[in-house]
Order: sequence, then structure tokens, then C-alpha cells
Amino acid sequence: MATACDIAMKQDRQEEDGSAPFVAVENLLKTFGSNTVLNGINLSVSRSETLAVLGRSGTGKSVLLRLIIGLEMPDSGSVCIRGQDIAGLSMDQMSAIRKKMGFLFQHAALYDSLTVSENVAFPLEHHRRDMPRSERGERVKQLLAEVGMEGDLDKMPSDISGGMQKRVGLARALALEPEILLLDEPTAGLDPISSGEINELILKLQRERQMASIVVTHDLHSARTIANRLALLNEGDVVIEGKFADFQQSEIEFVKEFLKQS
Amino acid sequence: MSSGLTTVARINPPLPGRRAVLMTSAVSSASGLVNDSFEWFGNLGIFFWRVLRAAVTPPYEWRELVRQLDEVGSKSFPLVVMAGSAIGVIISLEARYSLSRFGAKSLFPATLVYSVLQVMGPIITGLVVSGRVGAGIGAELASMKVTEQIDAIEASAINPYRLLAATRILACILMLPLLTLVSDACALLMGWFAQTLVEPLSFHQFIQDGFKGATFNAFLPQTFKTAVYGLIIGLIACFQGMRTRGGAEGVGRAATNSVVLASLFVILADVVLVKFILVFFP
Repeated sequence: MATACDIAMKQDRQEEDGSAPFVAVENLLKTFGSNTVLNGINLSVSRSETLAVLGRSGTGKSVLLRLIIGLEMPDSGSVCIRGQDIAGLSMDQMSAIRKKMGFLFQHAALYDSLTVSENVAFPLEHHRRDMPRSERGERVKQLLAEVGMEGDLDKMPSDISGGMQKRVGLARALALEPEILLLDEPTAGLDPISSGEINELILKLQRERQMASIVVTHDLHSARTIANRLALLNEGDVVIEGKFADFQQSEIEFVKEFLKQS
Repeated sequence: MSSGLTTVARINPPLPGRRAVLMTSAVSSASGLVNDSFEWFGNLGIFFWRVLRAAVTPPYEWRELVRQLDEVGSKSFPLVVMAGSAIGVIISLEARYSLSRFGAKSLFPATLVYSVLQVMGPIITGLVVSGRVGAGIGAELASMKVTEQIDAIEASAINPYRLLAATRILACILMLPLLTLVSDACALLMGWFAQTLVEPLSFHQFIQDGFKGATFNAFLPQTFKTAVYGLIIGLIACFQGMRTRGGAEGVGRAATNSVVLASLFVILADVVLVKFILVFFP
């Protein structure tokens, strides 16, 4: 039986058409004690594609992202990044794969002892050690300008708002020019204007960089704006996956309820 | 009536029954404690192995190591100077009084030198550093853990065992012997000073009498055993910090546990190391 990785590798050869999955998860099962968070789900994302994973709080959306980047290990099933199964990789092997990925945490997770510019420079300092300091500084300024934070280089994370922290987190996630971008609740806790700005920013980055993105959110409006495809999680299972129109036409009670309440 | 008696009997079971309940509960809590201890030591062993592997493989985090050397060494310096000085004065006062009673005042310099260099200097430095550095590392890493900063480091393809743990543990290992030398020097200087205020004694004479017949074997192992204290302090503080769960309460718990466990294991290690040194460096 072909695994997700086999399929991904096969499709990797067809990469020219742009449809090969950059991320593929198959039969992913994750439990915490007696609580089954993900109950054998299957999902994949290709280049230039954005998948929004929706669902109520506590349905395992963030756990899914943590499994994809290897911060958690699945109980069973596989996670393949560009055709490589990440199960059983050492920390240094995993690091090589993580260099292809950018992760925006729900609360940005900025290093609170470093300034805004130092936060963005952090991955570059560790992975582009041969990059001259001046060039690194220019790169940091450019990344912060991309997210509209070029005027706040020397501020500490505690001195900027939640929305600004997410922008800086996004700039940090983009520092190594990732092929895959994982966004955990990018608009949660933000006012509608800041949410709109973050959505615009994500759309702009998609147009310019053509990354494969997975956005975890419970904000349906944001998901509709930035994603090509949506998946709805409930009690560990993918209830429906498709375009927003598919959601609207669905007869599944949970989908109807979710749309009604959103 | 009979129902009422049964209820009373249930609430207050006869004495042998109560003893059995108490014994069962004591046995189960003791076995839980033993299980927890085994689990803790097992996890500590796995953590140590990961740190060791990360520490010996490139890329090396030199810049962070230098920062941690400063954090552990320079910033503990004033505290170690004060603690060493205080210990020197205390031993001086106590030794002078005791030796006078037995008519052995001439042994004062040797008593002070041996007490400080062999016993008090290393252990006091270990405990002072375990308090300051253990709490600092434990709280810092725990705070980073609960705010997902350690996950962010890992997600940025950087090994947190190498960047955060290996550098801190190595800094503790390297700085403890140096801080012990500082503490010893301050204790001897202030011990001599306290003695001189009561009964003038030249510093040259004090040193000459104190170190008469002493060999390096008498002092060097005692000073360098503190590298083991450094390993214990750094390892336990990093371990407690990086496994924290549960917000601000978890951070507080990690800091407290780091200090308590590091201090306890420093004292226990001293028992073993003293015997080891007596056997191998007689």
C-alpha cells in the first residue's frame, strides 16, 4: 500500500505542474492520555496553495501544526515534508527540514530579551553564519518593511501591541525564505482592522513567494479571504474539506451550525 | 438503631481496620514517591544524554557560552566575595576561641587555611551559586518554555539543548572552580584580618604557617571538585526549567525546585566526593 510519503515523492517528480504536495499527513493519530485529539486525519498542501484548518477551540488544530513541524510526535500515521517522512529523524536531521518551514505561533512567541530586529535576525545569525553583518542588517530591515514594522527595529516585544508582535513573528518566520508557512491563529485576539491587515499581508506574501501555507484559525472570514481550500475539524476528524462553496452546500449538521455561528 | 451504629462504624472503623487503612495509604504513597523518583531520574538521564550529544556536535554556540560565562561568573562574583569573606571571619573567630581553650593558638593559621580550602570554601561557593544561578536559570528557561519561546527556537531549526542547556551547564562547570578560588582567597584574607584586629599577625607569617607542609594534593582536588557542583547546578536547573508546564505557577515551581534540588544534590555529591578524594588523593 502506498504511503503518503510515496505519493508525495511520486508527485514531487511532477513538480513542474505545481500540484505536488509539499506537506502530506496520512492517518495521523494523536492522543493525550485518554483524549484523542486527532483521529487518523489525512490532509495535503501543494506549492502556492493555502489550506485553512477550521474548528472549535480544543479540536487539535494547533496540535496538527506542531505535529507537522515536529514539536510533537504522532501516536501513529505519517507526516511527510517534501516527500520525507519526519518520523524517527534526529534533532539535527529535523532541523534540516525545519529550515524549509516558517512557523508563526499563536502568541507570536517572540524572544522577550531581544529587540524586534534581533528577533528577526535570530534565525539568520544561526543559519547564515557566513552572511556579513551589514547584509544581515539590510535583510532584517527588508523583512520588517515587508510586514510594515520598519519603524520599530529597536523596540522590545513587550513595548509593541499583539498585532505588531504577530507581524514581527511573521517576519521572523520568513527570515530563512521557507517553502512552507505554518500560521497558528494569525488573527486571534486582534481587532477587525488589524485582522484585515494581517490577512492582506498573508495574501501579499502568497502572491510574491508562492509558498505552501497551512493556516489554523477559527475565524471563517479570515479563512475565506486567505485560503484556496478549507478543512473543518471536529472531534479529531476532518468533517469536510473543499472550497467555501462546498461548505455552503454541505448538508452536514456540524458544518451548517459552524457557518451559522461564524 | 442498627443503621446508626453501622454509620458510626463506617466513619470510625475499629482500630485494627483504621490501622490497615492507614498502612495501605502509607504504602501506596511511598510506592508513588518511589515511582516518581525513578521517573524523574530517568528523564534527567535522557535530558543529560541529549545535552551531551548536542554539546559535542557542531555548530558550537560560542557567543552564547561567553554570555553565560559572564552571567554565571561575573554576576556571581560580588555574592561569592561577600559569602567567602563572612565565612573567613566566622571561622577565624570560632577557631581562635577554641584553640585558645586548648592552648593551641599557634595552629590558628593552619586551622583557618585547611578549614577554608578543604571544607567551607567549596561547599559555601556551591550553595551560594546554586541559589543565585540555579534559580536564575530555572526561572528563565521555565518562562521561555511556557511562552513557547523554546518551541520557537526549535521551530527555527536551532537545537535548544545545544543553545540553551549545553552553554549554561558548561558555564557552570567552568566558573565554579574559579569562583571557589575567589571565595577561598576572600575567606583567608578576611580570616587573617579578623585575627589581626585582636592579635597582630603579619600576613606573610600567616601564609607561611598556614601552608606549612601542604601539598597541591591537599587543595587542588577540593577546589576542582566544584566543577561537579557546577554540572549538578546547571543540569538540574536546565532540566527543571525546560520541562516546566503551567504558566506563572509552573515558573515559580521550576525556580524553587531548581534551587532546592541543586542545593540538596550539591551536599550529597560532597559526601561522595570527599570520600573519593580521600581515597584517590590521600
